[in-house]
Amino acid sequence: MIKFVFSKLMYLVPTFLGITIIAFGFVRILPGDPVLLMAGERGISPERHAELSALLGFDRPLWVQYFDFLGRLLQGDLGNSLVTNKPVMTEFLTLFPATVELGLVAILIATLIGVPVGVLAAIKRGSWFDQVSMTAALVGFSMPIFWWGLLLIIFFSGILGWTPVSGRISLMYYFPDVTGFMLIDSLLSGQKGAFASAISHLILPSVVLATIPLAVIARQTRSAMLEVLGEDYVRTARAKGMSPARVVGVHALRNAMIPVITTIGLQVGVLMAGAILTETIFSWPGIGKWMIDSISRRDYPVVQSGLLLIAGLVMVVNLLVDLTYGLINPRIRHK
Amino acid sequence: MSETVVKLSDAAIRRQILADFWFYFRQNRGAVVGMWVFLGLVVLAVFAQVIAPHDPTQQYRDALLTPPFWQEGGRIEFLLGTDAVGRDMLSRLIHGAQYSLFIGVVVVSIALVGGIFVGLLAGFFGGWVDTVIMRIMDVILAFPSLLLALVLVAVLGPGLTNAMIAIAIVYQPHFARLTRAAVMGEKEREYVTAARVAGAGTMRLMFKTILPNCLAPLIVQATLSFSSAVLDSAALGFLGMGAQPPASEWGTMLAEAREFILRAWWVVTLPGLAILISVLAINLMGDGLRDALDPKLKRS
Repeated sequence: MIKFVFSKLMYLVPTFLGITIIAFGFVRILPGDPVLLMAGERGISPERHAELSALLGFDRPLWVQYFDFLGRLLQGDLGNSLVTNKPVMTEFLTLFPATVELGLVAILIATLIGVPVGVLAAIKRGSWFDQVSMTAALVGFSMPIFWWGLLLIIFFSGILGWTPVSGRISLMYYFPDVTGFMLIDSLLSGQKGAFASAISHLILPSVVLATIPLAVIARQTRSAMLEVLGEDYVRTARAKGMSPARVVGVHALRNAMIPVITTIGLQVGVLMAGAILTETIFSWPGIGKWMIDSISRRDYPVVQSGLLLIAGLVMVVNLLVDLTYGLINPRIRHK
Repeated sequence: MSETVVKLSDAAIRRQILADFWFYFRQNRGAVVGMWVFLGLVVLAVFAQVIAPHDPTQQYRDALLTPPFWQEGGRIEFLLGTDAVGRDMLSRLIHGAQYSLFIGVVVVSIALVGGIFVGLLAGFFGGWVDTVIMRIMDVILAFPSLLLALVLVAVLGPGLTNAMIAIAIVYQPHFARLTRAAVMGEKEREYVTAARVAGAGTMRLMFKTILPNCLAPLIVQATLSFSSAVLDSAALGFLGMGAQPPASEWGTMLAEAREFILRAWWVVTLPGLAILISVLAINLMGDGLRDALDPKLKRS
C-alpha cells in the first residue's frame, strides 16, 4: 500500500509543475503585455510602465520570474491582489469555506438521492420508475444550470416568495466567523432564526449545483448495479435462498459502489465549474464568484493564483479518490 | 458460408455495416427522437433566413417586452413575444440555432482532429513521446474545463472565435486519451503486423490501418463533446465571455434577459429551453450511438 501511495504521489509532481507553468504562463506567454493589461483602458505613461515592470519584476528573464514565482509559491506566498492589495492567499482562505459549504451540501444531496434512485432503477429495470428516473437524469445531465438557477429563482423567490435571491444569510443577523461555514456559525451564535435563514439561503444554490452530479451519480449507480446483478456470485447468493433485500444490499451494492465512489469523487471538478455559474447567479460570496469578478476586473495575480489553487485542489481530491479506490479494491493496488 | 463472404464487395460490406448500425440505433426510441429533433434544428439553422419571420436584430420600438401571443397584450406578429429592445424572440431563437450548431461543429472538429493526431502519436510511438504528450494532457485535464476556458478567453479577449478555441483546447485531451488507448489496443493485432510486413509505411499504418478501427469510441465522445460545447459556449455567453451582443446566441440572450427575470418570463425561459432541448437531443443521440457502436452492450 505504501508503494502504491508513493507511486501515485510521484505521478503528481510533473502534473503539478505543469499546472504552475500554465498558471504562470497564461499572462506572460500569450499575446499582450501584463502591465498594459493591468493598466486597462486608461493607458499608462512609458515611465510609469518601466517603473511598474521593474516593481513587479517583469523586466527579468522569463525563467528567473518563473523560479521566483515557484519559490514564493512553496512558501505559501501567492502575491497581492491588484484591486484590494490584500494577499491572495488571505482572500482565498476567507472565501473558500463558502464554496466548500455549498459544494458539500450539493454533493450530499446528489449522493443521497442519486444512489438510491440508481439502485432502484436497476432492480426494477424496464419499469416505469426506471424510465421516468432515467429520463429525468438525462434531462438533468443536459441542463444549462445557469438557466435552471434563474428558473428556480423565478418560481421559489419570485412567485412563492419562499427563499431569498442572493447571499448567505439575512442582513438581520450578525455574528463572528468561527468556522467560516454559515450553517455551523449560525448555530454557534445562538441567535434565533439565524440557522433557518442560513438554510433558506443555501437551499436553492445547492440544488442547482447538485443537478448535474445527481444525474451522473444516478446513471452511474444504475449501470454499475446492472453489471453486478448479472454476476455469478449474485446468482449464487440468490440460489442459496437469500432474501432479495440481502442479495441487493449486501452482495450487489457493496461491489457496485466501487465505481460509484470514484464517480462521486470525480464530481469535484464539475462542482468547481458549476460553482462559478451558481455563485454568479446567487451572488454567493465564494471562490467561483471571486474568480469571475477578478477576471472582469483584470486582477491577474488573483486569476493566476486562483487557477493554480483550484487545479491543485482538484488534483489532490482526485488523488484521494484514487487512493480510496485502491483501499477498497485490492485488485487495483496490486496491479 | 465463407464463399459468400468472399464475394461481398467493399460497398456491400459498408452497406451491411450501416444496416447493422441502423438496426441497433433504432432499438433505442429516445435516440431516434433525439435524431429527429437534431435534424429539425439543422433545418432551422440552415434555412433561418427563410423561416424566421423577422430580422433578429431589428428593433420594434413600439413593441418592447411584448408577451407571447397567447398572453394578454401579446401580438400575433410576435408569436413568442419580444425582448427589452423590441426584437422578435422567435426570430432570435431560430437564428440562435445557427450559433449553437456552428459552435458544436467547430469545437468538435478542432478537438477531434487535434486529439486524434496527438493520441495517435502517443499510442503508436510510445516511450517518451507518449509520456510527454500524456503528461501535458493530464495538466489540461486537471483544470475544471469551464474555468480554463474562461481564463483563456479572458486573456485572448471575449468573443465567439476565442471562446470556441478555448473550449476546443479544453476538450482535446479527452479525444487524445481515447485515441491513445484504442491505438495501443490495436497496434499489436495481427492485421497491423500483416500490413507492416507487407511494407506499409508509418503514416499508412497510423492513419489507414489503425485509425479506422479506433473510431467507434471517438464518435460517441464527439457527440458528448458536441452537447458539452453547446452548454459551455452558452455558459461563456451568459458570463459575458462568449458571443457578444447583439448576437442572438442563446447564452448571450439569457445574460441580457437576466434583469427582467421577474417581469418578463419569456425572455428568460425560452433561450434556456432552446439550449436544454438541443443538448438533450444530442445526448439522446449519443446514448443511441453508444448502444449501436459498442459491441459489448449489443449482446446484453
